[in-house]
Amino acid sequence: MKKSYLVALGLAVSAILPFVGCDKNKEVVIGGVAPLTGEAATFGVSTKNGYDLAVAEWNAKGGVLGKQVKLVFADDKGDPAEGATVYTKLIEQDKACAIVGTVMSKVSLAGAPICQAAKIPMIATASTNPKVTGVGNFVFRACFIDPFQGTVGAKFAFDDLKAKKAACLFDVGNDYTKGLSEFFKTKFTALGGEIVGFEGHATGTSDFKAQLTKVLAAKPDVLYVSDYYSDVAIIAKQARELGFKGPLVGGDGWDSPKLVEIAGPAVEGCFFTNHYAKEDKAPIVQDFVKKYTAKYNAAPDALAALAYDATNIMLDAINRAGSTDGTAIQGALVKTDLKVVTGQVKFDGDRNPVKSAVIIELKGGQQVYKTTVAP
Amino acid sequence: MGSIFSPQQIVNGLQLGAIYALIALGYTMVYGIVRLINFAHGDFFMVGAYAAFGSFFMFNFFLPPGNALAFLVLILAMAAGAAIAVITDHFAYKPLRYKPKLSSLVTAIGVSMFLEYVFSAIPVIGPSPRGFPEVLPKKMFHFASVEISNYVIVDLAVAGALMIGLTFLIQRTALGRAMRAVSQDKDAAKLMGINVDRIISLTFLIGGAFAGAAGLLAGLTYPRIQPYMGILPGLKAFIAAVLGGIGSIPGAVLGAFIMGIAETCATAYNSLLGEGIAFVILIVVLLIRPSGIFGEKTADKI
Repeated sequence: MKKSYLVALGLAVSAILPFVGCDKNKEVVIGGVAPLTGEAATFGVSTKNGYDLAVAEWNAKGGVLGKQVKLVFADDKGDPAEGATVYTKLIEQDKACAIVGTVMSKVSLAGAPICQAAKIPMIATASTNPKVTGVGNFVFRACFIDPFQGTVGAKFAFDDLKAKKAACLFDVGNDYTKGLSEFFKTKFTALGGEIVGFEGHATGTSDFKAQLTKVLAAKPDVLYVSDYYSDVAIIAKQARELGFKGPLVGGDGWDSPKLVEIAGPAVEGCFFTNHYAKEDKAPIVQDFVKKYTAKYNAAPDALAALAYDATNIMLDAINRAGSTDGTAIQGALVKTDLKVVTGQVKFDGDRNPVKSAVIIELKGGQQVYKTTVAP
Repeated sequence: MGSIFSPQQIVNGLQLGAIYALIALGYTMVYGIVRLINFAHGDFFMVGAYAAFGSFFMFNFFLPPGNALAFLVLILAMAAGAAIAVITDHFAYKPLRYKPKLSSLVTAIGVSMFLEYVFSAIPVIGPSPRGFPEVLPKKMFHFASVEISNYVIVDLAVAGALMIGLTFLIQRTALGRAMRAVSQDKDAAKLMGINVDRIISLTFLIGGAFAGAAGLLAGLTYPRIQPYMGILPGLKAFIAAVLGGIGSIPGAVLGAFIMGIAETCATAYNSLLGEGIAFVILIVVLLIRPSGIFGEKTADKI
């Protein structure tokens, strides 16, 4: 009901307004969506910068299909209703042939059916909810989805940390942390390792000692903790109190300066998986960091990198499709095999990227790039 | 897999029990004197934790983390717990002292929510969790298969010392005699020249101070504090007091240690069981022995 109303509204608006500056022969128009205001505003700023940087680079090299690229940006305000409106506007009014964005899963979920219905390919940047690409075959994403991190964590623990026995700790009330731990378990066992403890804890508790005592009794080499940083900090402290000396490994929920602030030395020498690290020595990453820093006078975060990648993947697909027809671009996107900042990207059958993750080590209270792990 | 009754789990349980015991004492004392289940008591514990947090940063300017600082922080946490308890009694419970008991009970729930939401609303405190600083440098001791940190020792020592002090106060001093008299019969105590209101205030003061001390110990042991941290420990300490026999001081202590160990061992058996075991205990106690382990048989119930 709501969506059809918004579509109707979008149509009405586009019928009233005269087309402005849309000369299809001179430029390729794509849409870019991000929350520039609202609760996720800082995410939006990085994301928009990422889009703009990628488009500027393509244009400097001569654009796509011999035409300049024009990115029309729209602010979704972090709100699904607003998101539906701007996706419709970009397609109906601005005649975008493809859309990159947006950040938040709930907003991408509002935009995806609109793109799907209009057969306009879309690449969500940082929306990790598996349902997003489930909407249809025109919806892709640039980030890996949650379970993938568990798999990468297991591989890193087994191959790089040479762990033979691992124990997992997760929040039973949170699908993200539970999923990570389950995939860690599956992969670690498949590699030949042994899971000696697999313990959930209640959401919001601060006493993890009973679970820790139980799993530590089996002497694991590593402890996989898929929680968010504030739980991780306490788990790390209590694990050290109970005499655990090995490393803790986790997912991108650890990515906060608060972790080291609360846990201090307890997380020293621990590792977590993340989308990208600006310290990665790969030339493509360093090149991106240099250009981004020069243009925006700030270090690019993971969101900027994902937005930059989404734009590059999309423009590369348009180039290979040789046309701005949505179905042709979709066909090219499916065959993507492109090296971008966050890894070598290919799409799987569910249009989720198959790419490497980076491992970040906590060293001297700082996040330090450790290695890149391919899936 | 370690046994669920491994020595380490028992140590974990004792540590948790010590914190429950300090909270449970406040519940049981207030109930013993004014027959009120003070549901805001868990929030006095939260106030104590925040007072400890604040005073740590105040005194850390001229004192390094260590015994002296920890002692100062403990005193301030207890003072804050005592102050909030006395203030709550004065403004919320005293006007309802001779009204039906249900009024005070509902008021207690109101005070509890008031404290939680006010603390969330104060900008320097806020609703998000904060990491609790290490007021004492951590040291580890190793006995056979058991890891004991100095925090375990501090938790048990502080709880033990306060409990011994309380027992002495109640059994051996004139004030304690007055407290016992008020708990037995308020009117008769008044006739004997005891200032009943003052005794009630003192009871709240002691209970609040104990909750404040528990706040510091919980902050040290489980280093994350937030405005809603008092709800569950408060509820579990209340159940511990019921298990021991509400109104009975040794009962509250015993009940708290049983609860601490039961919770730890249940969690070790199955992580989700731990959260629920307290309520299982409550149901079993109410079915089998409603007056608790040391409780006196009373006719009237809340």
